[in-house]
Amino acid sequence: MSAVRLRELSKTFRTGFRGTRIHRALEAVSLDVPHGAVLGYLGPNGAGKTTTLRLLMQLVYPTSGDAEILGRPVGDVGVRRRIGFLPEAVRFNDGCTAEELLMYIGGLFGYAAAERRRRAALVLDRAGIGAERRRVLRAYSRGMLQRVGIAQALLNDPEVVFLDEPATGLDPLGRRDVRNLILALREEGRTVFVSSHILNDAEAVCSHVAILNRGKLAAAGRIADLDLRVRGWKLAAAGAAESVLAVCGAVARRVTRIAEGRFLLDLPVEPSPEPLVAELAQRGVRIVSLDPRRETLEDYFLRRVTEDAAATPAA
Amino acid sequence: MRVIGIIARQVLRDAVRSRVLYAATLLAVGLAVAAPIAGRLTPGQDVKVVKDLGLAACNACGLFIAVFLGIRLVAREVEHRTVDALLSKPVRRYEFLLGQYGGLVATLALALTVMTVAMYAVLGAAAWWRGAPGLVAAAPVPVADPALLQAVLLIFVQLAVVGAAAFCLSTFSSPVLAAVSTCGLYVAGHFGAELRNLDEVVDSRFATLLAAGLSYLLPDLAAFDVKAAVVHGQPVTAGYMALTVASGAAYILAFLVAALAIFTRRDLL
Repeated sequence: MSAVRLRELSKTFRTGFRGTRIHRALEAVSLDVPHGAVLGYLGPNGAGKTTTLRLLMQLVYPTSGDAEILGRPVGDVGVRRRIGFLPEAVRFNDGCTAEELLMYIGGLFGYAAAERRRRAALVLDRAGIGAERRRVLRAYSRGMLQRVGIAQALLNDPEVVFLDEPATGLDPLGRRDVRNLILALREEGRTVFVSSHILNDAEAVCSHVAILNRGKLAAAGRIADLDLRVRGWKLAAAGAAESVLAVCGAVARRVTRIAEGRFLLDLPVEPSPEPLVAELAQRGVRIVSLDPRRETLEDYFLRRVTEDAAATPAA
Repeated sequence: MRVIGIIARQVLRDAVRSRVLYAATLLAVGLAVAAPIAGRLTPGQDVKVVKDLGLAACNACGLFIAVFLGIRLVAREVEHRTVDALLSKPVRRYEFLLGQYGGLVATLALALTVMTVAMYAVLGAAAWWRGAPGLVAAAPVPVADPALLQAVLLIFVQLAVVGAAAFCLSTFSSPVLAAVSTCGLYVAGHFGAELRNLDEVVDSRFATLLAAGLSYLLPDLAAFDVKAAVVHGQPVTAGYMALTVASGAAYILAFLVAALAIFTRRDLL
């Protein structure tokens, strides 16, 4: 059983004064997120990431298809006790303090006052809200509100956590904290469904990715299983004379001298590096390592989105 | 019910923190306190003027709160997306909606209580200042007449009806449109008899039929206005009170059912 399952999920919005214009926000998206996975739900702006999350939270209803969380339909109130959700650019009624807000939300879960207080303190600490928890929310910065949003999403100790652009409004330190938090959630065995367009962050914390473009799923799977193309080779060598470097320079895109007699070559995919390796070995150079230089997730993402755009006729 | 109660309490807390509620309540209390000054302009009628002004202030400021909160509660939560975090919790949409309405009614009750206490305090102070026997002699009814509470109760039910209408309208239209429509409903609700007799002044059959239809469809808000009767010491029977409250409750129910039907089906964009 998947933690989150989408089956042919589609959402069409009618726009315009008479509602005659149709915008397909999501088209037949099917996706399985295994238990314990950290899924990076990636896509450019307007790809349908937030729409998917809003469908999962039943804030909007699907035009067709269905979705399940922990084996239950998304509308099931029981399953909401087991999930946490951080909406995009989260906002709260800002007259109360962070502590009061979490006490209120804890009440919705049916926790007794002492338990609410305990959980509120715990998640506020975890989200990095210190003494400010007793300040009214309207005095908070965007980043602080985002942290309160994360705290409310974790209040019920959820099995599945949905985070919509969790790094929005955060400074570099805040972004690092979010990355660490997601890694901690992963360590605790929770499933995390994180929508993001910060691909470096996604690559650092996600075990799985799904790439959405123009409402369609362009790719999905474990990051380790993605067909990340080899874009070149990195060759580290030692014991080379200056004359040898000249030979390398003709083939390599870049030669970086690391230390006396040690250098790093950035080689293209073609020609194959084997003849150069053989020649260097013949000249007495010691090959330290030869590694493929693969696409980053960002490269992969951009390639898939570009391919998808080229394949789709303009509307 | 537990979730509805929690949401209602939170709405009440938010309203109490809101400056608008304070402004409206203080305005009404100010009017009640200032009423004796107006009363001096009408010798012999000063108690009546205090009561009239006090009740009118309760009604007007309560109306402002009912419309203002009614149109904003749901619309603002959706527009500001504060509803997103809330509805991802174990909260059904109907619980959210009923909780919000419960909070509105509780806020109205609190504001009316404060205004009523102020009105009675002013009446009590006036009686003490001028000498109660003289005042009672000038007026056919006691100064601090408990019957005023009948008028306050009906004002409360009327405001709950208007709040429910605003609430219902705000589930599918913009706050401005909902406010204008609610004010229109309030005016039309007070002129039901005039709407039914529109054929006396208008030739258009369509307009007269429409007006007559509306007058039967919309709540008769004039029935909730017993201010003049209680101020002049005329009895308002328990039967009339019960029937009027029941009709108000029926309209509230109808508006809430309509709001629920719309809100539970709509996409929260």
